[in-house]
Amino acid sequence: MIRKMIKNIRFTPIFYIIFLMLPIYWLLTMSLKTNAEILGGFSLWPADPTLANFKTILTDASWYSGYINSTIYVVLNTIISLAVALPAAYAFSRYRFLGDKHLFFWLLSNRMAPPAVFALPFFQLYSSIGLFDTHIAVALAHTLFNVPLAVWILEGFMSGVPKEIDETAEIDGYSFPTFFTRIFMPLIGSGIGVAAFFCFMFSWVELLIARTLTSVDAKPIAAVMTRTVSASGMDWGVLAAAGILTIVPGAIVIWFVRNHIAKGFALGRV
Amino acid sequence: MAEIHLKDISHAYMPEPKGPEDYALKALDHVWQDGGAYALLGPSGCGKTTLLNIISGLLTPSEGAVKFGEQDVTTLDTAHRNIAQVFQFPVIYDTMTVRQNLAFPLRNRGVSAGDIDARVLEVADLLGIIDRLDEKASGLTADAKQIISLGRGLVRRDVNAILFDEPLTVIDPHLKWQLRSKLKALHQQFGFTMIYVTHDQTEALTFADKVVVMNDGEVLQIGTPEELFEKPIHTFVGYFIGSPGMNFLDAKVDGNQAMIAGQSIALTANYADTHNGKTEVGIRPEFLSLHSPDHKTNAGIRVTVQTVEDLGRHRVVKVDAAGTPVTVLVHEDEEVPSGDATLVFDPARTLVYRDSRLVEGVG
Amino acid sequence: MQRKHNQKAWFLVLPVFLLVAFSAIIPLMTVVNYSVQDSFGNNEFYWVGAEWFVEILNSERFHSALGRQLMFSGLVLAIEVPLGIFIALSMPKKGWGASICLVLMALPLLIPWNVVGTIWQIFAREDIGLLGHTLAALGVDYNYTQDAVAAWITVVVMDVWHWTSLVVLLCYAGLSSIPDAFYQAAKIDGASRWAVFRYIQLPKMKRVLMIAVLLRFMDSFMIYTEPFVLTGGGPGNATTFLSIDLVKMAIGQFDLGPAAAFSLVYFLIVLLVSWVFYTVVTVQDAEASK
Repeated sequence: MIRKMIKNIRFTPIFYIIFLMLPIYWLLTMSLKTNAEILGGFSLWPADPTLANFKTILTDASWYSGYINSTIYVVLNTIISLAVALPAAYAFSRYRFLGDKHLFFWLLSNRMAPPAVFALPFFQLYSSIGLFDTHIAVALAHTLFNVPLAVWILEGFMSGVPKEIDETAEIDGYSFPTFFTRIFMPLIGSGIGVAAFFCFMFSWVELLIARTLTSVDAKPIAAVMTRTVSASGMDWGVLAAAGILTIVPGAIVIWFVRNHIAKGFALGRV
Repeated sequence: MAEIHLKDISHAYMPEPKGPEDYALKALDHVWQDGGAYALLGPSGCGKTTLLNIISGLLTPSEGAVKFGEQDVTTLDTAHRNIAQVFQFPVIYDTMTVRQNLAFPLRNRGVSAGDIDARVLEVADLLGIIDRLDEKASGLTADAKQIISLGRGLVRRDVNAILFDEPLTVIDPHLKWQLRSKLKALHQQFGFTMIYVTHDQTEALTFADKVVVMNDGEVLQIGTPEELFEKPIHTFVGYFIGSPGMNFLDAKVDGNQAMIAGQSIALTANYADTHNGKTEVGIRPEFLSLHSPDHKTNAGIRVTVQTVEDLGRHRVVKVDAAGTPVTVLVHEDEEVPSGDATLVFDPARTLVYRDSRLVEGVG
Repeated sequence: MQRKHNQKAWFLVLPVFLLVAFSAIIPLMTVVNYSVQDSFGNNEFYWVGAEWFVEILNSERFHSALGRQLMFSGLVLAIEVPLGIFIALSMPKKGWGASICLVLMALPLLIPWNVVGTIWQIFAREDIGLLGHTLAALGVDYNYTQDAVAAWITVVVMDVWHWTSLVVLLCYAGLSSIPDAFYQAAKIDGASRWAVFRYIQLPKMKRVLMIAVLLRFMDSFMIYTEPFVLTGGGPGNATTFLSIDLVKMAIGQFDLGPAAAFSLVYFLIVLLVSWVFYTVVTVQDAEASK
């Protein structure tokens, strides 16, 4: 009896994955149906699969520019976050300096700030310096929670690199910038990949701040999606197709980091 | 306590092995005497750990049977085999104290609390850790952790054999000797069968009564350290044991003469020249001597001295014998000729190998 | 690792400091500024001191939102952490099976949060959703837009769907750091499945579990987008958590003073709880590296 139960435990991941995939599957089938079919009756798969919904999105600038906008600020954010987090993480992993512990917790505390708290002040700040509705505004705002996380992850990976490597490089006459870019960064390559993945992820999934800081020119896809509510009712098919398209970049990125996911989610601390 | 019989076992990790190359452990039949100290010696990946895991029951062999005394334990799981094992990297239960670590195997087997306490104290006393019983196990040094791993085996009175899988790998060099002597002392005291896996020949030879030499999934020779040194039955054993290893020279053997590069040396026995395969003459560097080129002998060949390395009491001389490198061990107060020299073989110590296996001569 | 004292390291952290100071301190000052003033429009402000804080801390509205928030975070942690551990324990340890599990399980984590809301909004609808339709066909009375209990269940299940994988991935990382020898030794010592979990797996997962609890607490406590899209905080105020309430107050009603005071109290609560967790995690890190 107990033996049988233990054997069946192996199927737990399968049940869990089915639970995860069902809602996504449902979104996918809806994206392949016409509105008439969605509202007309209940079916487990599309009777007559159509790509019309996807075509609507990919041919309408007001739709696809949402994807372009999101991609631009996400990439900008990832670059900025990594560029400032790398030297800082190195400092935290290698040196002790005045106020280091407090600084580290203060950085992390920003990850704990509810976006709802910052939405309005951000709006005022970026409006006052003329950056409202620009990609860079969203990218900068998202550094608030991505930089602390990137520093935390990179620090974890860097602490795993023996300090003797730094010392050897110094004896060999490498200057610090050369050492850092040529020797040190390749050593923590997977850590940088993981940090980039997280910056990408949290910037891609965030909506509240991105929506608050944009109106037309930099409007993210997630905000564009609210458009489907129109006078003629919900355009369910297009909404589902838009949803599916927002999942695709994430799926691609996961595929690339699949071998580092587990360690990455443990923030390099295993 | 009982002897351990591995009856015609072999093991392949893949489900349907086709040829011998698919086997991680090739056919083997051996009885491990009760109370013996064995070493399993061989390079990494030679199947030592596979063999060990078959004995401990972590692996079930693809073929053959494992018997403890009269009992067939082939399919019996590890916990019921009365086997203990010490691993390469110390395994201790971090959250427990030393005492709880030692008590753990007994608690799992439902031994009464009183008996556990008494037994833990007894074993801790023997291991010399009685004053550290209430320390947290996670804070201990690697050697202390290995002692506790061993202790978890010793607390079980019914243990047939303790298996050691390269247990000194992570121990500081200066503590290795200490720990090894302790192991030896405990073995003598408790009389358990001990099987010790290592790739270090010094460890194996100083430690075990019988050494099992393995290569490429095959047990090549089982013997005392003397046997392995004097009569390696396979060229690999010759190379692997001894420092430097045994010399092997291609030869043509006929009767009691061996021809090496056109020069003949004497042998103490007669060998028939019926074999078509590869024939070699094997001799340990200890049994070779170097003389001036005009030295008269019936067991010498012309060589050129190449390098001389001084090791204090001995010198290791590398010479070239018609294209084959040969190592000679020369005592400190013997002369080493430079340039051309005569290499003299001790006929009693000159062995003949055919297709890598030792052949015995007649008479 | 022993680190050197070196004040020059400040140059390396200066860019981070300036960037985060710009994105954090200026907005925070704005919030503080609002929280102690009142306005009748036209950009005229006057000093009110701690009045807004007193009002917020005594308001029924804040208390009930905080209560719902605590209950939500508690429920979500109570379900996701044990479930995550259980799934991680039953996952294949290596090979293609493990890779597929990891990739599929990570997928919900990369879906934009409003899309998560949308997915569940559709999935749970009685007319066009698989879940809602199936429940209705089974005769279950379920309507998350009308019934508070149904709305709660939907929001919690959605969060479990969205975030349990994070706990799974963290635990999986912890588990895969355990060498095989530990399991073999446990077998030899005759340990039961429970003892293996209790004395080998759990201790090795402790640190990552702390991170998991910390992250899940923080993020569930700050949740906004997903329930906003799914239920809009309703029915009534049933699923109005702190962030939803705050945005309603600040942007919907433009009550800047009380909203700012609300923000600061909210932030301080997250900070306090997280600080306790963070201290526990770092103390353990220090102990583990001893």
